[in-house]
Amino acid sequence: MTAIQVAPVPVPVGQDPAVRVRGLVKRYGGRAVVDGVDLDVRRGEVFALLGPNGAGKTTTVEVLEGVRRRDGGEVTVLGEDPATAGRGWRDRIGVVAQSTGVGDALTVRETLDHFARYHGTARPTAELLAAVGLPEAAGTRVARLSGGQRRRLEVALGVQGRPELLFLDEPTTGMDPVARRRFWDLVRGLRAGGTTVVLTTHYLDEAAELADRVGVLADGRLVDVAPPGELGAQLRRVATVRWTEDGATREVRTPEPAAVLRDLLAAHPAGEVPGLTVTRPGLEDVYLSLVGATPEGETR
Amino acid sequence: MTAVLTPATTRPAPPSALAIGLARTGLELRLFVRDPAQVVFSFAYPIVMLVIFASVFAGEDRPGGVPFAQYFLAGIAATGIMLTSFQAVGTALAEERERGDLARLQVIGTPPLGYFLGKAGQVLVTTVLQLAVLLTVAATVYDVSLPTGVGRWLTFAWVVLLGAVAGTVLGTAVASAGSSRAVGNGISAFAVVLQFFSGVFFVFSELPSWMQEVAAVFPLKWLVQGMRSVFLPDAAAAAEPAGSWEHGTTALVLAAWVVVGLVVCARTFRWRRTA
Ligand SMILES: Nc1ncnc2c1ncn2[C@@H]1O[C@H](COP(=O)(O)OP(=O)(O)OP(=O)(O)O)[C@@H](O)[C@H]1O
Ligand SMILES: [Mg+2]
Repeated sequence: MTAIQVAPVPVPVGQDPAVRVRGLVKRYGGRAVVDGVDLDVRRGEVFALLGPNGAGKTTTVEVLEGVRRRDGGEVTVLGEDPATAGRGWRDRIGVVAQSTGVGDALTVRETLDHFARYHGTARPTAELLAAVGLPEAAGTRVARLSGGQRRRLEVALGVQGRPELLFLDEPTTGMDPVARRRFWDLVRGLRAGGTTVVLTTHYLDEAAELADRVGVLADGRLVDVAPPGELGAQLRRVATVRWTEDGATREVRTPEPAAVLRDLLAAHPAGEVPGLTVTRPGLEDVYLSLVGATPEGETR
Repeated sequence: MTAVLTPATTRPAPPSALAIGLARTGLELRLFVRDPAQVVFSFAYPIVMLVIFASVFAGEDRPGGVPFAQYFLAGIAATGIMLTSFQAVGTALAEERERGDLARLQVIGTPPLGYFLGKAGQVLVTTVLQLAVLLTVAATVYDVSLPTGVGRWLTFAWVVLLGAVAGTVLGTAVASAGSSRAVGNGISAFAVVLQFFSGVFFVFSELPSWMQEVAAVFPLKWLVQGMRSVFLPDAAAAAEPAGSWEHGTTALVLAAWVVVGLVVCARTFRWRRTA
């Protein structure tokens, strides 16, 4: 090939964040669908963006990828402004978009072999096929792949150029549980190798499983950012104590369940408190509260 | 079991637009061959035109005593070039944009020039094959005597090249005008009207002069005229509007359209429908 082979450039390993966003605004017809988002993604971390349909996840990610214009704010991705960055920068990021074409008429292997030729350096096709679990489908035309298999091909294309920073927009949509777990393994492998990953998902188990930190986007605003186990710290402090009294279920929500228990035990000198449970909100409860989808979400 | 996957520690510059253009020419040709409808249309349409013209007007002669099949071979060849370049590129590009194929090319860092070179490469190869088939059928089945002089074939070469490049550039330019349906229908309708005006279906010199003048603005008329200068005897030049083949003007008009098209492409080319 007649590619210009300039001297290899060492990949910069700075301490600056992989992604830095300040006051990001994107409007459609006067409506701000991303409304003042501040965000830092550290080098080497897996960052998950959660949020309901239409919250602005794809919009935000596409601004970071440099394929959508922004209406306001500062954005730096791998040290450059995505709106003006060139091909060298683009080759350092990988993208698995929510919906892009892959072409139909080529086989899986032909597709991977073809797109390998666009990158400065590319992972071998066999390695990619194995990583996403598609070796058996290598000779299948893309048009005949199932939805989940096509998605896996898109993931393979996203990591093909050995990116430093990988954007994954709902990558596991349509994957079966085995494929999803294999994908999780792939992301862990990328993370272990130092790749920074920005991922959007509707699966909270996926975020809990993969992400170092989670950001929750609702109505174009980032309502919380924390490790998955600490998200909604305020909400998590509230425990629910339930028990049965006179045949009816009683329930108390409190930041101090021990005090409630002490009172309950005192009221039942005989010993057992029927139907007694103490629960803390899980990630899903916290998430639902944060996006304002539960009546109990009184913290917001 | 998790395999550690490291990003590149050294990263050569991404391949040049030319290298990607070559890779894409191969890809585009492969996609073309795997689309039977496209193959049949591209190769059969000019042949069908030839069969129809030759059958309907069998025995009639045209200016300068030229047999019908020979006279209209020029217009058919020019139409073939327009189909495989302007129409095929415009329609395909609008569809690729709509399907999100172009969005992938964008995120993968494809230089627009590389994409365009891929289209142009595919157009040149398919156009040459299509013309080879057409001329073979014309010569063997309809006894059209093909030119023997090197000069004529040189003329043929530059007219084909310039016409195909102009078609590719203009197809790329119009593909940004709307949805793939609108672009596809618009191109087909425009192409048919242009064929009537440009002397594909009728003897150009017999068209009303206002039609001749309108046609002279667009490339197809010049393509047809260039082709006539290849396939018709020198004496037939007298029947041309200017009384000569006007090679200089032909080259100039086609080149001007290439430039105009390039400017439009540079200003309006989009990988995605919305930004
Ligand atoms: N091109 C566009 N023109 C107008 N409005 C748009 C456009 N793209 C997105 N929007 C609007 O912006 C909002 C955010 O969309 P976005 O795709 O970013 O949501 P999301 O969080 O990715 O949702 P999902 O979970 O469904 O993928 C939505 O209300 C959507 O209708
Ligand atoms: Mg989305």
